[in-house]
Amino acid sequence: MTAVDIAAGVRSGTLRAADAIETSLRAIAATDGDVHAFLAIYDDDARATAAAIDDRVASGEDPGPLAGVPIALKDNLCHNGRVTSCASRILEGWRSPYDATVVERLEAAGAVVVGKTNMDEFAMGSSTENSAFGPTANPRNTDRVPGGSSGGSAAAVASSMVPISLGSDTGGSIRQPASFCGVVGVKPTYGLVSRYGLVAFASSLDQIGPFSTTVADSALLLEVIAGHDKRDSTSLESPAPSLLSHLHDGVEGLRVGLCPELIEGASPKIAERITIAADALTANGAELVEVALPELRYGLSAYYLLAPAEASSNLARYDGVRYGLRVDADDVAAMNVATRTQGFGDEVKRRIMLGTYALSAGYYDAYYGKAQRVRTMIIQAFDRVYQSVDLLLGATTPTVAFELGAKVADPMEMYLSDVYTIPTNLAGHPALSVPFGTAEDDLPVGVQLLGPALSEVQLFRAAQVLEQEAGR
Amino acid sequence: MSEPSPISAADVVHVATLARLELTAGEVEMFTEQLASILGHAADVAALDLEGLEPTAHPLELLNVVRPDVVQASLDRPVVLAAAPKVLDDRFAVPRIVGEEP
Amino acid sequence: MSALGGTWEMVVGLEVHTELKTATKLFCGCANAFGGEPNTNVCPVCLGLPGSLPVLNEAAVELAIRIGLALHCEVLPSTFARKNYFYPDQPKDYQISQYDQPINAEGYLDLPDGTRVRIERAHMEEDTGKTTHLGGSGRIHGADESIVDYNRAGVPLVEIVSGPDIRSAEQARLYAAELRAILIASGASDGRMEEGSMRVDANVSVRQGPDAPFGTRCEIKNLNSLRSVLRAIDHEALRQVTLLEAGGTVTQETRHWDEDAGRTHTLRSKEEATDYRYFPEPDLVPLAPSSTQIDSIRAALPPMPAERRASIRSLLGDDGAASSLEQITSVVDQGLDDFVVAAVDAGVPVSLALARVANELAGLIADGGEVEVVAMTTLLKMEEAGELSATQSKAVLAELVAAGGDPRSIAKAKGFEQMDEGALDAVLDAVIAENPSEWERYVDGDDKLAGFFTGKVMAATRGQADGKAVNAGLRSRRG
Repeated sequence: MTAVDIAAGVRSGTLRAADAIETSLRAIAATDGDVHAFLAIYDDDARATAAAIDDRVASGEDPGPLAGVPIALKDNLCHNGRVTSCASRILEGWRSPYDATVVERLEAAGAVVVGKTNMDEFAMGSSTENSAFGPTANPRNTDRVPGGSSGGSAAAVASSMVPISLGSDTGGSIRQPASFCGVVGVKPTYGLVSRYGLVAFASSLDQIGPFSTTVADSALLLEVIAGHDKRDSTSLESPAPSLLSHLHDGVEGLRVGLCPELIEGASPKIAERITIAADALTANGAELVEVALPELRYGLSAYYLLAPAEASSNLARYDGVRYGLRVDADDVAAMNVATRTQGFGDEVKRRIMLGTYALSAGYYDAYYGKAQRVRTMIIQAFDRVYQSVDLLLGATTPTVAFELGAKVADPMEMYLSDVYTIPTNLAGHPALSVPFGTAEDDLPVGVQLLGPALSEVQLFRAAQVLEQEAGR
Repeated sequence: MSEPSPISAADVVHVATLARLELTAGEVEMFTEQLASILGHAADVAALDLEGLEPTAHPLELLNVVRPDVVQASLDRPVVLAAAPKVLDDRFAVPRIVGEEP
Repeated sequence: MSALGGTWEMVVGLEVHTELKTATKLFCGCANAFGGEPNTNVCPVCLGLPGSLPVLNEAAVELAIRIGLALHCEVLPSTFARKNYFYPDQPKDYQISQYDQPINAEGYLDLPDGTRVRIERAHMEEDTGKTTHLGGSGRIHGADESIVDYNRAGVPLVEIVSGPDIRSAEQARLYAAELRAILIASGASDGRMEEGSMRVDANVSVRQGPDAPFGTRCEIKNLNSLRSVLRAIDHEALRQVTLLEAGGTVTQETRHWDEDAGRTHTLRSKEEATDYRYFPEPDLVPLAPSSTQIDSIRAALPPMPAERRASIRSLLGDDGAASSLEQITSVVDQGLDDFVVAAVDAGVPVSLALARVANELAGLIADGGEVEVVAMTTLLKMEEAGELSATQSKAVLAELVAAGGDPRSIAKAKGFEQMDEGALDAVLDAVIAENPSEWERYVDGDDKLAGFFTGKVMAATRGQADGKAVNAGLRSRRG
């Protein structure tokens, strides 16, 4: 059942939340042994929450738009009293004493959190192989990666363990796993969803967003979590957009841009799917426009300077002093070193060192400073293009899901999977991946829709059309 | 602006120290190679002439986000100290500090 | 300067950190309060928990602007930056501060002697937690463990950096004293060095004469009082001169002032460089105070000590001002200038007002007493009119501060205003002679006229006559 259907059923009294949760927990019990999407499962707590919701419905209350819907959270989202590990040994067992804003909003809307999902450590990775607690498998083919860093959240939805989940996207970490697993994944406009309670990786790039099997479910979830939060200084004044009511408005008259930079380098079958998607949109009344964004080619390099730089600072707090892992030593500096050396995996160390280098004396202008100007260049390029189109259509990933272990030897190989998704994070723009059939090896592929800031309504309208046309 | 010289093993050791990380000799070699490769890809950025562009620190155009000076509830101390690796006298205990605050 | 010998001159710049008097911390709603049980004023934000985010305190911004305006700075659009370094009292292992775009820049502070010290910048940043060292002597060396209290972490600070314009330890002391007075007058800070709400670091170097290039400087930390500022800087300048004259070189380093031992020593420095890797704080957006806001803060700023000293100096005129500089400074420093100004407004000579306030009142108030401005003015007017001698006036003042009340009743109770009998008789006789018909009626038995005559006598003696004595005098004359 979709989240939309569950919520409607629970609110109308035709479906018990307890049953929806039980279905989810049974699916997890049956499937997660193979998939390993979850790091923590909340069986009893989830049942108790569901029972409470059923009581409220029975007494005539409306628990909210997500009433009784089971949801999974990426393990970098703080949930009061529960472990938030970020798939790292350095936070293994750490219980957050507060709720992320999105979690507060979800629970206030009646959703039932059933567990925390696996991820690349501190959200650094594109395959969930960097988790300190073992990888997650792609439910469509368990020899393959689910993508990353939100691999667990994507896989949980793809294998029907939960209808919806939350992930985070810094360079593509929602959209890429969504494409690999064949589910919907959305990165909202930067600042639309509060980051309070999201463990930071790269603060000016991170955003929380939904995974779902249907476009409507992502719309529902995004409506609940989006909107201004006074606890996040980078939160937009805007309220949550009204997505569901416009979902079926269609794409008549919408100008959709195709640019080579979002397709070149993609596998043949993926390129083919993009073409078919473009046709589907024009068949529904959209207008296709050829555009060029050569500036996007620099996005990868700029990202791999900016994101690690911010990360190197955001991860400094993991020092064994106040919480998390401590490896004792004679003096506090040695204790910091021992703790961080033991607590962090290789990819995290790599990015911390890269970021430290980019910020260090003598190198700031050449690396970090330059990368910030590239960011400006990309923003201006997008602004220019959005004068003549409303949306862009392109690939989400250059390939279908690769095999577990295939890209771990060369970090640069792994980074290249983010080439189409990174520019929107740099610009702070929204983008989503909607499943659109299969490509090589019968594996799912998503197509990416991109738009200017706060264009979520148009993105969802186009995604809805593509969802209907995915069988083309 | 000319490109900076490629990252060396000494550089890697230096940034590892700044970041409170300890690397084995093998790790120094491995990370030097990997970081050099990544920075090599970033050379295309280093080669660009972007003097006319302002750096972007934020994708947003927000200004002046402030909150009123009104006291809010703090965390209860037991909660604060619950996750502490070591507590003495209701404070966070750490091994001796060598050197003053930078 | 001459204390250093030869042509040696010291060059000093001061960095002063002041805590702001806000209700809450800089980036969260925890209370900003001194003392308190350890780790009871902390939250996810000031503890730096994963996922926490800072939100700027609007009152801290206002107070920072007040400080900038009081120091004649330009108030600028500004941004926040991260200063990255590891230390246990730093919860995020970076401090949110301001780096290349501070909120205030390019101001100045004029010392009472007229020297102008440039203020390079006055920027906002957050305070750290407090570390206590256990084992050993309680100092950091030789400690086995340290324990950290984060109550202070996140408290708003403004860091005020002067130019290298100070040329003696005494000037440095005056600068610190004047800056403290300004911070207190502006309402931004309580200036309590002993509580750590104002902390002074000094950068000291020496050179051979005013045109020589600057020498290598050392930073002196741990100056907890104005006296320390004076002693430490004198000591450090002499240390450097001695070293250089012996053929050595000054190493650029941070030194710690030991008040008890009366010397500075090197802090054991770590090998790693302090590369702070400043970059723009991505969790905060820029500040751009409007000119309306800045103007209204400027308009609401009370007069600063320099202005208040100038007001009193102008009342005295050139001659009086020069000799009274110390009194004036002392009166303004202690916030007592309102008493002087009010008295002068009421017609009291400024030298008298200044003397009584600086000498007597200051001493009495230092012990915790209070007196109202109106009462002080009345007392001074009485003294000025000759109704009280200097000694009597001081006695009445002491009573006023100790127990309150009003000067006239106190003077009366102490018998200061009693007339002698002869004088009273003379006045009474004169009043009787001037009012024969009333006297006739009183003698005939109209007792109510006693009040008439008492009133006349009071008027004639400006209230100094004793009512009872007047009545007795009337009755005895009637027979």
